[in-house]
Amino acid sequence: MNAAVSVRGLTKRYGDVTALRGVDLEIRPGEVFAILGPNGAGKTTTVEILEGHRDRDAGTVSVLGVDPRRPTRRWRARTGIVQQAADDMAEVTVREVVRHFATYYPRPRDPDEVIEQVGLAGKADARIPALSGGQRRRLDVALGIVGDPELLFLDEPTTGFDPEARRRFWDLIRGLEGTTVLLTTHYLEEAEALADRVAVIVHGRIVAEGDPRTLGGRASARATVAWADGEVETDTPAATVVELARRYGGEVPRLTVTRPSLEDTYLRLIEERSGP
Amino acid sequence: MTTTDTARGLPSALEIGAGRALFELRQFFRERDQVIFTFSLPIVLLVLFGSIFRGRFEGSGVTVAQVYTAALIGAGVLSVSLQNLGVSIAVEREQGVLKRLAGTPMPRSAYFLGKILSVMVMSVAEVTLLLTVAVVLYGLRLPDDVTGWLTFGWVGILGLAAGSLLGIAASSLPRSAKSATAVITLPFIVLQFISGVFIPFTELPGWLVGVASVFPLRWMCQGFRAVFLGEGGAALEVTGSYELDRVALVLGAWVIGGLVLCLLTFRWKSRRDR
Repeated sequence: MNAAVSVRGLTKRYGDVTALRGVDLEIRPGEVFAILGPNGAGKTTTVEILEGHRDRDAGTVSVLGVDPRRPTRRWRARTGIVQQAADDMAEVTVREVVRHFATYYPRPRDPDEVIEQVGLAGKADARIPALSGGQRRRLDVALGIVGDPELLFLDEPTTGFDPEARRRFWDLIRGLEGTTVLLTTHYLEEAEALADRVAVIVHGRIVAEGDPRTLGGRASARATVAWADGEVETDTPAATVVELARRYGGEVPRLTVTRPSLEDTYLRLIEERSGP
Repeated sequence: MTTTDTARGLPSALEIGAGRALFELRQFFRERDQVIFTFSLPIVLLVLFGSIFRGRFEGSGVTVAQVYTAALIGAGVLSVSLQNLGVSIAVEREQGVLKRLAGTPMPRSAYFLGKILSVMVMSVAEVTLLLTVAVVLYGLRLPDDVTGWLTFGWVGILGLAAGSLLGIAASSLPRSAKSATAVITLPFIVLQFISGVFIPFTELPGWLVGVASVFPLRWMCQGFRAVFLGEGGAALEVTGSYELDRVALVLGAWVIGGLVLCLLTFRWKSRRDR
């Protein structure tokens, strides 16, 4: 199957600062792909180039088979964009603005159904300035999906959310089955909760890519067995536990077996690459 | 979905532009501040000036109310075009509305079409209200011949076109949404003072008249005076004539200049977003 997004050697400079140094990406149709990285790593620059909002200095880019350097209306109709922190506050209602945006597209979805899907049915007749931050972002998602896109861009969608609002937002994204989603985030839990695959970007380079469960050799890394009187790193944790059980003659007090969390892996990746 | 371009499956720019005009008008009339500052101010000023100055200009039979009506129609057309667009587009750019629109399949021309159509509707409403107030309260006599209405039409359309294009261009000047109202409104108020809207032209120093003559408002007001003051008022003009040919020339030049400025300066992203 053709990739939904294919990027090779993407490079972008702002004056003397090199923001992207040869980024490669391959996103398959239907998957949720997360670009994870600290602030200023190049996440938004990458996404904006793919969205057709920003030009590049080098590299080849194909998004749904089109070079986003020359966006056409037809291509725009196949993509949806939820940009970072939109704070426009027009005096229109949720239903009015979703209906209006639907008129831009050749085959829009039913606006009321979209409003329902993003969980704003109870706020359909509320004006935008009356919405909370979380509701505002849901409206942004509604505007991003009302055209029934094949590919949805979500740029740091839950920045500033409280944990509960973030969880509810994740449920909304999980419900977008069949749509390819490119998500950027600096929240590890978010990448882990939503993404089929993750790419970690640091200083304009992809430093690791893969399933969040196995990222950076996480699954095969040595396990740590810890108990009340000690702690060992081992490749054979089961044997260690059996040995301990024999030693204690049954239950081992405060026994835990852990492998590096995504956070451990991520922090290690960032540290390794953060030279002077 | 009546006029959909079925070959490409995309709605036409005309269709979307008309939809945007309705959407813009709905937003505009719900924004109380904007309605008061750009739409109601000329009407309030007409009532004020009409109540304070109730006389005639010596030897011409021209009433003060007539002069102010003509001037405030000019100022009113510029306030719903230049001032309104200058401020609202600056705010839309800063808040990411333009960037959001640029990311949809909306044709970019539909955005400008929507702005221009909505400004036309606002101008017609504004001018109708001003004329109604002037006729009812101050006994303004409307033109009774076709020539008068024709002049009224072309001065209004040229003024509206120049004002809209300059407003779109001026929207790139403010550095932030917060400063937009100040940056656009202050020069506009100065322009009104030197263009004979508040203070009759005859009382301004020559060099100020020279400065004002560069800008469109002076000529719009002069054109509207030709419509509402009649032959008797021509003697009050600086040159003793309404100079309609120069009115057309200067306003036409501003339309072309405004268009060039728009094409050179319009940005869909904010300054912070490079």
